[in-house]
Amino acid sequence: MTFILAVLATITLAGGAVAAESAPTPDCDVPERLISTETELTRVNKEITDRHRLDITVVGSRSSALSGPDGARFAYPAQLEIALKERLPGNEIKVTAHVPSGQTTADMAAGLPKIMSEDHPALVIWQAGTVDALRGVEPDDFRNSLDQGLDAIAAAAADVIMMNMQYSPRTESMLGVAPFADVMRWVAEQRSVVLFDRLAIMHHWSDEGTFDLYAATTGYAMARRVHECIGRALASQIINAAHLEDAKTQTTR
Amino acid sequence: MVMVSPPQSVTSERDLRLDLFRGLALWLIFLDHIPDNVVSWLTIRNYGFSDATEIFIFISGFTAAFVYGRTMRERGFVLASARILRRAWQIYVAHIFLFTIFMAEIAYVAATFDNPLYAEEMKILDFLKQPDITIFQALLLKFKPVNMDVLPLYIVLLLLFPPMLFLLVRRPNVALGGSAVVYALAWRLDWNLPAYPNGVWFFNPFAWQLLFVFGAWCALGGARRLAGVLRSRAILAIAIAYLLFAFFITLTWHVEGLDRFVPGWLTEWMYPIDKTNLDVLRFAHFLALAAVTVYFVPRDWPVLKSPILWPAIVCGQHSLEVFCLGVFLAFAGQFVIAESSGGPLLQTGISVLGIIVMIAAANLVSWYKAIEGRSPVSRVKSPDADLAGGEA
Repeated sequence: MTFILAVLATITLAGGAVAAESAPTPDCDVPERLISTETELTRVNKEITDRHRLDITVVGSRSSALSGPDGARFAYPAQLEIALKERLPGNEIKVTAHVPSGQTTADMAAGLPKIMSEDHPALVIWQAGTVDALRGVEPDDFRNSLDQGLDAIAAAAADVIMMNMQYSPRTESMLGVAPFADVMRWVAEQRSVVLFDRLAIMHHWSDEGTFDLYAATTGYAMARRVHECIGRALASQIINAAHLEDAKTQTTR
Repeated sequence: MVMVSPPQSVTSERDLRLDLFRGLALWLIFLDHIPDNVVSWLTIRNYGFSDATEIFIFISGFTAAFVYGRTMRERGFVLASARILRRAWQIYVAHIFLFTIFMAEIAYVAATFDNPLYAEEMKILDFLKQPDITIFQALLLKFKPVNMDVLPLYIVLLLLFPPMLFLLVRRPNVALGGSAVVYALAWRLDWNLPAYPNGVWFFNPFAWQLLFVFGAWCALGGARRLAGVLRSRAILAIAIAYLLFAFFITLTWHVEGLDRFVPGWLTEWMYPIDKTNLDVLRFAHFLALAAVTVYFVPRDWPVLKSPILWPAIVCGQHSLEVFCLGVFLAFAGQFVIAESSGGPLLQTGISVLGIIVMIAAANLVSWYKAIEGRSPVSRVKSPDADLAGGEA
C-alpha cells in the first residue's frame, strides 16, 4: 500500500506541475520553437526580393480543404494567401491548391511533376500522411513516395515545406498517425526540408485550451478558425525560414 | 505470497524477478496505450530504444519454455504441444473479446462524433459500413486496431512454438541459431504477415520470434551458461555505456537543439530504428538492460519477497488476465479522457486508478486459483502457463 501511495503522490505532483503551467490563452499563438527551422527557403527569398511575387502550390488531401459553403475560401491555403498578403505588402502572392480527397502520398508523388510544370511554383507546401495512415500504407513505401515527390520538387528548383497530419484526439485510438509522423520528421531531417509540424501545433492548441479539439460540433465555425490559424502559422514559418522582412512583426496570431 | 509452490516441483524455486519485471512491463504497456498520457513520460520507451514490449516478449518466452519444456521432457511432445495450442486458443479468444469492446467504442464514436475539421480522419470509421469484411478479417487476425497487436503476435509465436521447443530441449544452440537465421532472413527478404486493409503486421512475428526464442533458450539452461559472462565487469561497463548512449539519443528526440550533437554519419547509420522488425539497436538495448538488471538484482534479493514489490509481482503472475484488462482499461480511460476533454490531472488519475484495478484483479485471480488449487477435485495440478507460461 505504501508503494501505491508513493507512486500516487509522485504522479500527482508531476501532473499538478504540468497542469499549473498550462493556463489557457484565447489566441492561437504558436511558440517559436514549433515553427523554427534551420533550413532556409532561398528560392522564396529570391522571388520576393527580386520579383516581388510568390507563387505557392499546396498539394495535399482533404485535411487541406474544408467542406461546406465557400469551403475553399476558409481553408488554410486561402487563409495563408491572406496572411502573406497582409504581412508582405507590395508583393504579389498567389496560392494554388491541389487537394482532392483520398490521395495517398504515392498518388501525390506521381502527380507532382505535372503540377510543377503547370504551376511553376516557387514554394510547394506538401501535406501528407493522413490518407496513408488511413489506408495502412507501409512506412517504408511512404518514405519512398516522399523521397520521390521531394525529388520532383527539387528538380523544378522549388522550395518545399512538408506538412504532417492534424492532431485528432478523438480518432487517436483508431488511426495511428505516429509512425507516419516519425517518418516525415526523419525525412525532413535527412533532406534538410522544412517541416510544418501541424500535429505538434494543433496538439499545443489543444493543451493550451485554444481549441477544444474533442468537441463534437457539426458547425463550421471552429474548423474555419483552426484553418485560419494554420494559415497564419504557416505564413510565419515561411517568413522566418525565408528570412523576409515582416511588415507587422507582432501580428503572429 | 499467495502463490503456493507446487510440492511436486523438482526444479528450483520460482524466479520472482520474472514476475516482477513482467508485472512492471504490463503497467508500462497500459500507460503507453493511453494516447497523450502525461504519466507515460515515466515509461522506459522515453529513455532508451527498447520498451516494455521487449521485456514482456522475452519473459513470456522464458516462462513458456520453463513450463512447457518440463511437460515436454516428462510427458512427451504431444501433450506439451496440446497444452501450448490450448494456450494459443485462450489468447485468441481473449483477443476477439477485446476486439468486440473496441468495436463497441468506435461504433459509439462514429454515431456521436462529427466535426467538419476531421472529415478526413473520420474515414477510419468507414469499415463499420462493411462489418462482413471487417469482422472476418479480424477473426483471421489481419484486421487489428491500434494497440491490439501484441496478442496476435503471441498467438503466432505459440502456434510455432511446439517444434521450436522440441529443438530447444534437445539442441538449444541450434534452435537459437535457427531463430537468428529466420530473423536475418526476415530483414533481408522482407518477410512479414499481411494485414487488412493492406500493409503488414505491426509486430513482425518473423523478427520478434528471436526475442521469444532467446527467452526460451535462457530458461532451458542458457541463462546458466551466460552467468559467467553476466558477472564480468567488462560486460557490465559495455552495457551501461550502451544504455547511456541510447539515453542520450532518445533525449535528442525530446529536447530541442540537442540533435546537433549527433554526427551525420551516425544519424545516417542509425535511423530509422524499426520497431516492426525489432531493430538490432532495440534488441541490443534490451540485452544491455537485462545484463545490468541481472547484475544488480540477484535472484535471491530479499526485497523480492517484501510487500513493496508484491503488487507488480502479483500482476506479473497473471499476465494474460492483467494484460487484457490493461488493454480494456486503456480504451476505457481514453474514452473518459475524450468525453471530458482531457487534462493532465485526469490522465494521472486514470493512470493510477488503472494500475490499482490491475493489482486488485490480479489478486482476485490469484485468490481464485489458490482456492481452486486446494479443492480436492483439481488435485492434479495442470501447469497453467500464464499468457505464454507464467504459473511455473
